[in-house]
Amino acid sequence: MLKPAPNPPVAPVPAKFGDQDLLRKSASTIKPPAERQTEVAKLIDVSKCIGCKACQAACLEWNNLHEEIGTFNGSYTNPPDLTPASFTLMRFTEWVNPETDNLEWLIRKDGCMHCEDPGCLKACPAPGAIVQYTNGIVDFVHDNCIGCGYCVRGCPFNIPRISKVDNKAYKCTLCSDRVAVGQWPACAKACPTQAIAFGTKEDMKKHAAERVTDLKSRGYKNAGLYDPPGVSGTHVMYVLQHADKPSIYAGLPDNPRISPIVEAWKGVTKYVGMGVMGFAAVAGVFHYLIAGANKVTPEDEASAEKLTRGEKP
Amino acid sequence: MTAYDLEPGDGVHPGKPVTVDRYTVGARINHWITAISLVLLAISGLALFTPSLYFLTALFGGGQWTRAIHPWIGVVLFVSFSILFIRFWRANLWKGEDNIWLTRVRDVLLGHEERLPELGKYNAGQKFVFWGMSLLILVLIATGLVAWDQYFFRFTSIETKRIAIIVHSLAAVGIICVWIIHVYAAIWVKGTMGAMTKGRVTGGWAWRHHRKWLRELVASRRSNAGTPRTPAE
Repeated sequence: MLKPAPNPPVAPVPAKFGDQDLLRKSASTIKPPAERQTEVAKLIDVSKCIGCKACQAACLEWNNLHEEIGTFNGSYTNPPDLTPASFTLMRFTEWVNPETDNLEWLIRKDGCMHCEDPGCLKACPAPGAIVQYTNGIVDFVHDNCIGCGYCVRGCPFNIPRISKVDNKAYKCTLCSDRVAVGQWPACAKACPTQAIAFGTKEDMKKHAAERVTDLKSRGYKNAGLYDPPGVSGTHVMYVLQHADKPSIYAGLPDNPRISPIVEAWKGVTKYVGMGVMGFAAVAGVFHYLIAGANKVTPEDEASAEKLTRGEKP
Repeated sequence: MTAYDLEPGDGVHPGKPVTVDRYTVGARINHWITAISLVLLAISGLALFTPSLYFLTALFGGGQWTRAIHPWIGVVLFVSFSILFIRFWRANLWKGEDNIWLTRVRDVLLGHEERLPELGKYNAGQKFVFWGMSLLILVLIATGLVAWDQYFFRFTSIETKRIAIIVHSLAAVGIICVWIIHVYAAIWVKGTMGAMTKGRVTGGWAWRHHRKWLRELVASRRSNAGTPRTPAE
């Protein structure tokens, strides 16, 4: 069994991590600290989720977000998609298991996966608008965000959303402010079944292994942990009953990775592009130095004068 | 005005030296609006292209302003260039002498213009710049609209947006190179700048670089001047 979520400290405590613990910083070259903090992770056990949406409510409340009142559109999933104000969203899928012919209600809590290799950060052009702490949390620094939406293109999970109010990108912070003072993320704290757990990545993997064993003993032979290697693992992981086909869970990517187009755009294009433009400019300078200016001669002027006078130049 | 490369406003004035009208005031204003837009687009675009040039966003009032204003400048450029295109496309049609020019590009670079065929209002290099700009601006406006999330986010998929932005980057690199060629040629070939500043060049310049065009201008002046010339000319 998991221990319960800790209660808040009664006295102020210093933050456990901060700017000195950056592993990566968008559009910047930084030297990460010699020692990495213990990696944290959130484990979402889909098999234990009852779809109560306490996590969604807790997220709105902790982050002081105000979602617009929406409309019913035929699904429990509400709002229908992540928004700048909904960092997390329960996605409900009604899936008929072809082997058993049973209807299975798959409820996946969607949100930022806090990739070890974050595509959003790689795509971001604004220095310091996206940071990754050594404990694995990927956070947006809104003061530096320019609202270009490159993170939306970089993300393999389609998570960031650009606000129409302030033109900045928003997503789950893994409650970095709570985690910094030893608290669990608000969603995990609110979850009544501990379908959302939080701890070190190692502990979460251990706990997941126990859960997978349990699920297998109950007939879910393909149960497993979702910690996709294509993005070098994530700091939000799922326990899935059917880990062999993640995409049945409302389109969870089977093999997420940063798009090769984004890699090419942010890699070779940048260097080759700067090189080609630089070469063109330098070639111009050299040509001028070697060939010299192309000047009109007095004979050219004389010829033109003759031509206009109707003489043979 | 029968030759393909004679544009409205082109004319020749005998004298010492001979002066040749090359661009009307309208064409020049049109050109410079396009030019300023292109430079602003290149600066703001490069600022978001590579972190090493991000500091350039300061010229536009910061990152948010740069992101917001870049597409609007793009719209200005597109409209302005479209008008320029209508003005110039005919005189930029590819002709036989352009192929000869290309095969002798070595002589072009060495300034041996006596070894080149007589040319119309534009040489093959200028035509390359014109058509290169036209094509790349089309690519840039199309991919730019896909990237303009503020208004067009919902119309395309994220995968399409990824393709659009890399194509936009590559086309931008291309157009900056074309621009470097354009500006360099204007600096290298002395007497060219006046065409776009004062609107005229000397007869010697036209004789040296665009002799066919000059001959056409002189000929059309003669045919128009069946009536006696006014003294002011």
